[in-house]
Amino acid sequence: MSDTKAVQVFRIVIKASAQAIWEAITKPEWTERYGYGGRVAYDLVSDGRFSHGASPEMKSFGLPDEIIVGKVIESDPPRKLVQTWHPLFDPATTAEPHTRLTYEITEHDGVCTVTITHDATNAPKVATMVSGGGDPQQGGGGWPWILSDLKSLLETGKRMAGS
Amino acid sequence: MEDDRVFKALADPTRRMLLDLLFQRDGQTLKELQVEIDMTRFGVMKHLRILENVGLVVSKRSGREKLHFLNPVPIRAIHDRWIDKYSEHRLSALGALKRELERKG
Repeated sequence: MSDTKAVQVFRIVIKASAQAIWEAITKPEWTERYGYGGRVAYDLVSDGRFSHGASPEMKSFGLPDEIIVGKVIESDPPRKLVQTWHPLFDPATTAEPHTRLTYEITEHDGVCTVTITHDATNAPKVATMVSGGGDPQQGGGGWPWILSDLKSLLETGKRMAGS
Repeated sequence: MEDDRVFKALADPTRRMLLDLLFQRDGQTLKELQVEIDMTRFGVMKHLRILENVGLVVSKRSGREKLHFLNPVPIRAIHDRWIDKYSEHRLSALGALKRELERKG
């Protein structure tokens, strides 16, 4: 595998309203239902705090209560969310600088395009982790896997088979 | 069906080469990509547009430039839908057979 680029882009089309997708990203009752689970807490104002809590399963493996933290840079519901993103669940990535994450949601003809731009400049281990080249069951699914699971949940009410 | 369009987009060697180039270095301009491919700018543009339409490539403006990024999400979906389901077990069985035969040979 070549070096993971600092800026990575992930895009998926979801048949759901922009509001539903916004809530699935920013509300804990949604985030615990897809991806790696865990409840988020967002203060959706400029400089507001962000944290992603560990799921009960993660806690049982000894992970900290907050696995990802950051600050909100821009919140324009339900279209755009810019924030910093800093993992705390693994020393190698925690040692790297904070990264910048942008969610963009555009609605057209009853479907939405969701684009994640993750700028992991000077944080190569974070970049590799979120790129999704690994086994999803071992935590290596990255954004491609999390977005695919979000799509399944919003479109069918169920998560992807086997996850 | 979404998969059909992705498979059709992947069926062309120039388009696969464009994806390989973006895998090596993400976020390239049309001009940079054209240098690597023996084809007119118009031809490369046409292939990039097909890749963009099926979501394998995402373009973003950065100042005056348009940068092209590889979007791994549709490839992940194909992997989960096709490779995982049918082949992983068989591939690992073939891998074990190959190792066994080579050890004997």
